[in-house]
Amino acid sequence: MATVPASAKVVVIGAGIVGNSLVHHLARLGWRDLVQIDKGPLPNPGGSTGHASNFIFPVDHSREITDLTLDSMRQYKEMGVFTESGGFEIARTEERMEELRRRMSSAKAWGIEAELVEPAFVKEKVPFIEEDQFIGAFWTPSVGVVDSLRAGTIMRDGAVESGALTTVPNVEVLGLDVEDGRIRRVRTDQGDIETEYVVIACGVWSPKIGDMAGVSIPLTPAVHQMISVGPCPQLSEREGEISFPIVRDMDTFCYERQHGADMEVGSYAHRAILHEPEEIPSIEQAKLSPTEMPFTSDDFDPQLEQAYELMPELLGAEGAEMRYAINGLLSLTCDGSPILGESHVAGLWTASAVWIKEGPGVGRAVAEWMVNGHSEIDVSHSDIARFHPHQLRREHTRLRTTESFIKTYGIVHPAEQYESDRDQRLAPMHESQQKLGAVFFETGGWERPHWYESNAGLLEQYGDAVMPREHEWDARWWSPIINAEHLRMREAAGVIDLSAFEVFDIEGPGALDAVQVTCVAQCDVPVGKVIYTPVLDPKGGFKSDLTVMRLGDDHFRVVTGAAHGPADRQWFAAHVPAGTTLTNRTDDVVTIGLWGPRARDILASLTSADVSDAGFGFLTCREIAVGDVTVLASRISYVGELGWELYVAADDAAGLWDTLLDAGAAYGAVPVGIGVYGTTGRIEKGYRAFGYELDAERSIVEAGMQRPKVKAADFVGKEAYLAQRESSPAAVLCTLVVDDHTSASGVKRYMLGGEPVLTRDGGTLTDGHGHHPYVTTAGSAPSLGKHLLLAYLPPAEAVIGNELAVSYMEELYPVTVGSVDATALLDPSNERIR
Amino acid sequence: MTTLVCIKRVVDSSSEVVLTDDAQAVDGRYAGFTMSAHEECAVEIAVQLGDATVMTLGDADAVEQLRAALAVGCTAATHVVADPQTFGPADVAREIAAVVRDSQESGGGHDLVLLGNDAADSGDFQVGIRLAYELGWPVVNGVTNVSVADGQVAASGAGPDGHETYRLPLPAVVTVLEGGVEPRYPTVPGRMKAKKVAIDERTPTAEPAGPGRVRLLLPPPAPSDVQILGKGAEAAPAVVDVLEQLGVLSR
Repeated sequence: MATVPASAKVVVIGAGIVGNSLVHHLARLGWRDLVQIDKGPLPNPGGSTGHASNFIFPVDHSREITDLTLDSMRQYKEMGVFTESGGFEIARTEERMEELRRRMSSAKAWGIEAELVEPAFVKEKVPFIEEDQFIGAFWTPSVGVVDSLRAGTIMRDGAVESGALTTVPNVEVLGLDVEDGRIRRVRTDQGDIETEYVVIACGVWSPKIGDMAGVSIPLTPAVHQMISVGPCPQLSEREGEISFPIVRDMDTFCYERQHGADMEVGSYAHRAILHEPEEIPSIEQAKLSPTEMPFTSDDFDPQLEQAYELMPELLGAEGAEMRYAINGLLSLTCDGSPILGESHVAGLWTASAVWIKEGPGVGRAVAEWMVNGHSEIDVSHSDIARFHPHQLRREHTRLRTTESFIKTYGIVHPAEQYESDRDQRLAPMHESQQKLGAVFFETGGWERPHWYESNAGLLEQYGDAVMPREHEWDARWWSPIINAEHLRMREAAGVIDLSAFEVFDIEGPGALDAVQVTCVAQCDVPVGKVIYTPVLDPKGGFKSDLTVMRLGDDHFRVVTGAAHGPADRQWFAAHVPAGTTLTNRTDDVVTIGLWGPRARDILASLTSADVSDAGFGFLTCREIAVGDVTVLASRISYVGELGWELYVAADDAAGLWDTLLDAGAAYGAVPVGIGVYGTTGRIEKGYRAFGYELDAERSIVEAGMQRPKVKAADFVGKEAYLAQRESSPAAVLCTLVVDDHTSASGVKRYMLGGEPVLTRDGGTLTDGHGHHPYVTTAGSAPSLGKHLLLAYLPPAEAVIGNELAVSYMEELYPVTVGSVDATALLDPSNERIR
Repeated sequence: MTTLVCIKRVVDSSSEVVLTDDAQAVDGRYAGFTMSAHEECAVEIAVQLGDATVMTLGDADAVEQLRAALAVGCTAATHVVADPQTFGPADVAREIAAVVRDSQESGGGHDLVLLGNDAADSGDFQVGIRLAYELGWPVVNGVTNVSVADGQVAASGAGPDGHETYRLPLPAVVTVLEGGVEPRYPTVPGRMKAKKVAIDERTPTAEPAGPGRVRLLLPPPAPSDVQILGKGAEAAPAVVDVLEQLGVLSR
């Protein structure tokens, strides 16, 4: 029997699917001296892995989750623990059929075989289903079930046999010691372990363990109810664990999955039943296991009736009884993504809120990330550094998961907004915006006006130029007012609230080194220069793209987007040398954008400073007085217009906002929302956005953002970037123009993003990575009167004028390649910015 | 021939008993609630005999156990709504007797009352005998099998000298020990049907009388007598030694 060693390179806490996969991959990548502990016994310590339903549907709307799932399936197959069963997602309503058509888009975009089928097709494969209960289904032949406990054992034992790993079960973690911001030691009931790294991979208990080191891991244990009914004669007459496809009854939020002679019925339809990590019973206190909580049958009864309606002959078969019923605990997060990566405590990593379908893929990605500094699959949406302070509160997780639980099988619009726990971060001018009828969308807790109802009067002025959308889905979470604001900005000017920008200052003797080593662009520039730059990881993938202002010899200000701001801040903080400081200024500096052909006139009317092109050049910044307020003005643009970002103290922001609107009114300026700033303004200019076009799997060269020269100074990712420049890209980011929007029914349809790009007659395209092109951003280009799409195409297809198609809701629409590099379709020579 | 089967909502079993904060009861938040294993067998017997009514004395949550019994085949349910922690065995026996008498008066009546041998939480072993005394009916305790024929109930189970069978005239009271029958799980249609049965709610006929509970105490944890003999093939000789000591093997 192994005992707890006194020291280790890595201590992995947890022996579920994630911990087991992680130790396997760390060992495979050559790390030694690994120690894995779990409070429970092996092979089933009592966590969520032990009671998982273990089935995998590969198609998800998220590329990251799909990639992790596909990688996990590959690993399960290699271990011989995957059984392919096929799976149906059935639709009881026409609205759901439309959602399944959208699912077809994702399947094609990610290259997963799938088709929409009639009820008779389902009946043939699942003879005990009632055909009249549904109208169609989404068929994925590659769906299957896995033995996650066996997989865990194989991976763990392999690492032990290789001599890299010591696993000790039945060990309780009592504390985590942090010294000088770094993890040093794990204290257990069987001795302390001195260690360089700790990975918290203990699922629903992770928040409790994280708290021991002052790290918030914002997940909540939540109940997923499941019953098992059998023996069913229809099932027991066939050999093996599963011989019928799994059925997801999407509109009743439940699934039916054969398990030997039994049919498991699981539900996501009940009220959200959340627990606290500290309130999970011990193994001794639990009847079955800590994560198999007592079944609350009242919550399940409505599901039972719906399941019975779908499969009465099976679930009502003679002798078939409900032999097992649990309230199984699993992990949920506020945004539905896992929690991975290094915390703010150096060396303390997390790999939590991971489901069976992602487990081995996450194990590999986190192991690569620990060993190499980056992972093959981009997992930035799951980075623990993504959370803003308000998201680290347990209350936030509780409210958001309560809201989202019912959407597990729901039809979620890509722009859908949460309703709970809003109004966490309000711009100083929020009240004014409310009076203007702002429709708020949330980013990083900030309430950002997406458009202003006060601009509704512009609709009449611009008429059809606002490109109204006929179909409710296309127009949901959207307004033609966005396009009207866009047109007015291009015609006169717009005032845009950018309070949500993440702003941090790096000051001190090492400030230049800190920005030089993180940024691709030359940062050793004169004071007063503004730099737009990619930020890369060591393998040359995007960490971010952002702007840097040199405010002094030893003072740089970094400005980045709200959504990814905390992760960027953590990345820069890790590169700030001792004696130099990084200060978060997000809450005390507010940014207001002023752009449009009249922007200079408006600013000039409010300041005595020289704001002419000669007096205030593009990509420069300096402090000026606007009215009686001092602002840091930065001449830059993300919407392709002349203008400035004005940085102002939070206390002065509401006044400046009113001043700009008042003064601007005479020049035709209106308040403009993020609908313009985030989509229409930039897409006409071909500006890329992190999280859409730019991520860790994309390079500067593929994104068409390379400059003629590379700076001499060293920076993260330089070697990889230099290599990328020498070879031809595997994919090229292009702007596509939709040529005709007319669907078969005659209704004009407008893509929203995520759709597959195909040959004109619907054939599959494949790029040099083996990936299939899909739309990274879709949006109106009102100044062009077109709907534009951005997508990475195979280089051979990236030819201006090339005629292709986009598939939307299972219909093909013709598109033409309009631009093959960062050249803008609107104002390609950037006259408007001058 | 109708049977009344009496059940009690109790905390399900787990290896560590958890008490409520006021130490008045076992806490079911981790292990959940059930009826005792003896009562599950009593319900199974009642259902096999046919025309079974289930009753309990308990708080509002005890409906869950009534529905569980309905889901496996009981056809009617009576709920005496009261705090079971304050009702001692004499109080419970009195309330059951009242239900039986009221049923007789309304023309229905029960020929046989089945109970569990003892409740899993309080373990008083008293309610069956007190009920029989109250009703003036014959009683047999601790049997595992029950059958009815020709107005007689045959109740059998293990006794000190071997298997014992008792025959008594109906009406009668019988308390059941687990082990003679295999309780069934609910079927899906059974559960759906149970949900729709109207439960007859009653209030207790009298306030509880007699001794009350001060608080519950947990016994000190039993020292572990687990001894690790070794791991893998190396443990084999030690296992052989143990089996030899136990007399399972001889060399």
